[in-house]
Amino acid sequence: MATFTHGNVSIEVDEDGFMVNPDEWNEEVARILATTEGVDELTDEHWKLVNYLREYYLQFGVAPMIRKLCKETGFNLKKVYELFPSGPAKGACKVAGLPKPTGCV
Amino acid sequence: MKKTPQELLQIEYRPPRREWMDPHVDFEARRGTWSYPAAPKNLEYLGLPNPREWSPTDEDWKLPDDWKEIVHKGFLDLLDRFRSLKVFMDCCVRCGACSDKCHFFIGSGDPKNMPVLRAELLRSVYRKDFTTAGKILGSVAGGRELTLEVIKEWYYYFYQCTECRRCSVFCPYGIDTAEITMMARELLNLLGVNINWVVEPVANCHRTGNHLGIQPHTFKDNIEFLCEELEDVTGIHIEPPINKKGAEILFIVPSADYFADPGIYTFMGYLLLFEHLGLDYTLSAYASEGGNFGLFLSHDTIKRLNYKMYAEAKRLGVKWILGGECGHMWRVVHQYMDTLNGPAGFLEVPRSPITGTVFDNAASTKMVHICEFTADLIHHGKLKLDPSRNDGWKVTFHDSCNPARGMGLLEEPRYILRHVLNELYEMPENTIREQTFCCGGGAGLGNDENMEMRMRGGLPRANAVRHVHEKHGVNILSCICAIDRAVLPTLMEYWVPEVRVAGVHEMVGNALVMEGEKERTTNLRGEPLPGKEA
Repeated sequence: MATFTHGNVSIEVDEDGFMVNPDEWNEEVARILATTEGVDELTDEHWKLVNYLREYYLQFGVAPMIRKLCKETGFNLKKVYELFPSGPAKGACKVAGLPKPTGCV
Repeated sequence: MKKTPQELLQIEYRPPRREWMDPHVDFEARRGTWSYPAAPKNLEYLGLPNPREWSPTDEDWKLPDDWKEIVHKGFLDLLDRFRSLKVFMDCCVRCGACSDKCHFFIGSGDPKNMPVLRAELLRSVYRKDFTTAGKILGSVAGGRELTLEVIKEWYYYFYQCTECRRCSVFCPYGIDTAEITMMARELLNLLGVNINWVVEPVANCHRTGNHLGIQPHTFKDNIEFLCEELEDVTGIHIEPPINKKGAEILFIVPSADYFADPGIYTFMGYLLLFEHLGLDYTLSAYASEGGNFGLFLSHDTIKRLNYKMYAEAKRLGVKWILGGECGHMWRVVHQYMDTLNGPAGFLEVPRSPITGTVFDNAASTKMVHICEFTADLIHHGKLKLDPSRNDGWKVTFHDSCNPARGMGLLEEPRYILRHVLNELYEMPENTIREQTFCCGGGAGLGNDENMEMRMRGGLPRANAVRHVHEKHGVNILSCICAIDRAVLPTLMEYWVPEVRVAGVHEMVGNALVMEGEKERTTNLRGEPLPGKEA
């Protein structure tokens, strides 16, 4: 575990830069985490995806199935990779403050 | 993954000049070939020793002061409880038959990945501490002092074994090398030296019933979503029963089958099959995991996770259990469950309600593999199939290690595939069936930080796939294991990018002709069928 500091915001992250305490997430944190993913500015499309993930996570406690994410946001997988180059799990979920899924995935 | 395939193929098989007894591992230089340690919250959740923050690259691993005594006592305890361990420690004659059979050795050239030498890392300490010759003669008799460096070396190499047991097939004594890895991991657990990709799924499974940490309302929502997708493709509306008391059969799958690509298409295939049959079954939001990552941690956690499947079968009052396309679940059920949790005497010997076939092979565990179940249905002509719907998919079958070597399930998946599709090509014979090569990501090693080792370990499998791809144009690698479905796509992308991965029951689902279905224009993935392109 490490502390990631940017400006006057400090967050605990794991080895891959995922938030250790997803409850501490807010929009400022999202902007900062996005910079670690090579996304310097979050556009409306980024926010649509991040907010979808965030709401899903608060309701269901895990990340959504990628197929569901694509269907409900209207973004295909290619588009998701355009928005977050490391992809839905490692990029978008990280910025939305979700923990990493583990197991047979 | 920073290295290109060409770079990774520069494998040095000439052993280093260092003595093998020198345990030093440079973790910093070997990033990409080891897994992150368990997060303390997960160890705490399971009540396992020494939860703390640490990294393999740290000089100080923060072990208990009396770590040496703990390992010594733990070793004695294991020798006392498992006669197999003592036999395996004593009987190896170091003939070397196993040495070039390990996918990690083939892909890395590291001599400590020769199964004989990996076992020797443990055996040398056994000799020094527990045999008369070793106590007196030390290194002359192959004995080695247990030091902190040895603990670090164990962590590195016993988490570089996927417990696939290919080497055991070639051992003239039949030493089960996976069990040696399991024992070494048991000892490391006593010090809190274990990996998160194993411990977190086990902790999740305790909390929510599955490795992914999916709660009951999410379980239900995921399945409903998959049913909507299925309705889009087939026009058939399915509402699978969940936690239905009094159902005849409890159906248990690996959790990735209702969460991740491409397992979700296999799951859709299961649902179509049961609808086709009108089967009286139920899913369970509690026994929502077939996999058992306890197998990669300790005997105690195997037992704890295996128990819930049977507790749920009892609670629901089903007659028997049907298990999905999961890999290591079958190793546990077939080879450990009877002595860990006892025969499931409260269930009935499984009998297919459709064909009347009694599965005597499951008389003790009361659990039937879905491939046995489906092959039997096809044999009795109970399924209406249109194999042409899988045309365009040129398929090869990867025997998943545990169903193949752990329960001898070799013919059934092939029998199914031959009936649901038209083009099936076998990989070379020394890479399939009992001799199948591991995906490189089993036993908890399928994480991203271990990517270089995964690509190295998966090289022999990928090489065989490349062979049938070049010879026959194979473009689908089929398998019956959720770890396979998770890690083989990445492996293929790296070594044979033209090939995709699919479960067997996905192709069953594509081929099944359902009563009342609409004209199928796509496969279960929503891709156009041959001749139906827009």
